[in-house]
Amino acid sequence: MAAIDIKGVGKTYVGNVNAVSDISIAIADGEFIVLVGPSGCGKSTLLRMVAGLERITDGTVSIGGRVVNEIEPAERDIAMVFQNYALYPHMSVYDNLAYGLKNRGTPKAEIDARVAEAARMLELQPYLERKPRALSGGQRQRVAMGRAIVRKPAAFLFDEPLSNLDAKLRVTMRGEIKQLQKRLGTTSIYVTHDQLEAMTLADRLVVLNGGRIEQIGAPLQVYHHPASTFVASFIGSPAMNLLKANVANGVISIGDGETGLRAGLPDGPVTLGARAEDLRLSDSGVGMPFTLAFVEDLGAQRLLHGHCAGQSVVVAVSPDLPLPSELRLAIASDRLHFFTADTGKRIEAASL
Amino acid sequence: MQTKRTIFNSKILPYWLILPQLAVTLIFFVWPACQAVWQSFLREDAFGTSTQFVGFDNYVAITQDSSYLNALIVTVIFSVAVATVSIVLALVLAVAANSLLKSRSLYTTLLVWPYAVAPAVAGVLFWFMFNPTIGLIPYLLKGLGYHWDDRLNGTDAMILVVLAASWKQISYNFLFFLAGLQSIPKALIEAAAIDGAGPVKRFRDIVFPLLSPTTFFLLVVNVVYTMFDTFAVIHATTQGGPNQATNILVYKVFTDGFIGLDLGSSAAQSVVLMVIVIALTFIQFRFVERNVQY
Repeated sequence: MAAIDIKGVGKTYVGNVNAVSDISIAIADGEFIVLVGPSGCGKSTLLRMVAGLERITDGTVSIGGRVVNEIEPAERDIAMVFQNYALYPHMSVYDNLAYGLKNRGTPKAEIDARVAEAARMLELQPYLERKPRALSGGQRQRVAMGRAIVRKPAAFLFDEPLSNLDAKLRVTMRGEIKQLQKRLGTTSIYVTHDQLEAMTLADRLVVLNGGRIEQIGAPLQVYHHPASTFVASFIGSPAMNLLKANVANGVISIGDGETGLRAGLPDGPVTLGARAEDLRLSDSGVGMPFTLAFVEDLGAQRLLHGHCAGQSVVVAVSPDLPLPSELRLAIASDRLHFFTADTGKRIEAASL
Repeated sequence: MQTKRTIFNSKILPYWLILPQLAVTLIFFVWPACQAVWQSFLREDAFGTSTQFVGFDNYVAITQDSSYLNALIVTVIFSVAVATVSIVLALVLAVAANSLLKSRSLYTTLLVWPYAVAPAVAGVLFWFMFNPTIGLIPYLLKGLGYHWDDRLNGTDAMILVVLAASWKQISYNFLFFLAGLQSIPKALIEAAAIDGAGPVKRFRDIVFPLLSPTTFFLLVVNVVYTMFDTFAVIHATTQGGPNQATNILVYKVFTDGFIGLDLGSSAAQSVVLMVIVIALTFIQFRFVERNVQY
């Protein structure tokens, strides 16, 4: 159990390639932090720097109040779950779980007890004598988790541990990881590119883009108050609709058409954001005209894909709502998000 | 696994296409092998004027021949020494080269070169370096107080042929080990590092066990190599001497047959060698496939 403090961490590879720059995250003891971002955003590099598998070129990482920059991975008191599990193929499940304890000179009886406890927790008892190749994907995943928990480390590091599983198993394992982490109360850093995984697992999300932090916050806070257009389009499915808009005298227009919406913003171009589920079909004949391109029925909701003034828009509506021939969209003005047109940063507008 | 198949319209064409390889195999491998088996049952005088069928007499004779038993022991020592030296050094070099990032391909190229050298040339090279009168190494050893003479000292001669034979084989083994090392996922090594295993322990517990199929394969290949392909090395350096100290089985086949002109005995010896190699190949196919640890 320990807090992890990441201060101004950066990674520069040979040839001045900046993979990660100036990352600061204060992780509380027992917190579940998810690093999320597209491939190449530096999330794995950051995790590997915390693990000690990559050298830290700038800043410091402390685990439990101790700066670990120059400390070997084994001495950092962390355990890592790898994307491809990285199980030792020539060792039985028992030996895979026990290896880290054996290397630390743990007494045999205690190894047995800890392995048995982990195996019970992960329902691996029937498989202890098997080799990894004789296990299914989900079982291998459990062994990889077991290898981390037997050590009772100060922190768990997960590097996209579920990306090799099929969709159904992923949902199951996601739940198991969440429960296990809550039960053990171990500080965890979890890397994923899957925003759904990030939303469901995290106590706090860290959205990364191009080696920098875009936003840190609780999942719902990030969802409802994205700090930039990047976060807005990355978190949430379907992605938030982002429309190029213009403000003149507090009135928002998209393309040539006025929306009838007002915002307390200075005149000029702005990016308007609206969640698909916040948009609704207006029946009063006012609102933005919407051209329907195609419909996706998901069962619980129906997604309407189409255009408003030439810009693509997705609207989520109830599946049993009849679709009128002429569609117009409306939105509550407190559900609108505004971002600067050039940098994409969030603007808090005084709603009128 | 579904592989792409080429369909020939003509029924005869495929046979024509494999004919050259088939001809080479039949003329240069199968036919002489059959001849050797037949010859091993005969006793002929040196000029081939009288031939007598003697059954298994030649085989019985070699089992009672002390120089043949000596050659068998020499071969075992030679094979084990060459296999050990070349596998261990190749593994060390492969691990070293694999740990490099930029210069790995350069070292790989350089280390593979000796394989292109003909065995006889390798033999002559070592013969020069270790020559008691003009060689550099005996001169250096003299400085250390050791009198090197591979022409009189059987142990020195054995060391010489083992080094000459290993030198070439290191390249071959190195390539296999390097490929083996590169196929071990990096995450495994990292996982072991986090599990508290230092570099030596990681090698012992993770890398070496995962290389064991490669090592076993190389062991068999190297033993087969020392049994046959080292003829040129021996011939160019010690010629089996001094006092039979480096007279390995394949060299004895040659000296008995083409110098001693005892064709029957020579043929019987080569049939024995053939059986040994068939057995080794069988072991390799049986166990390499099975003995893969994961």
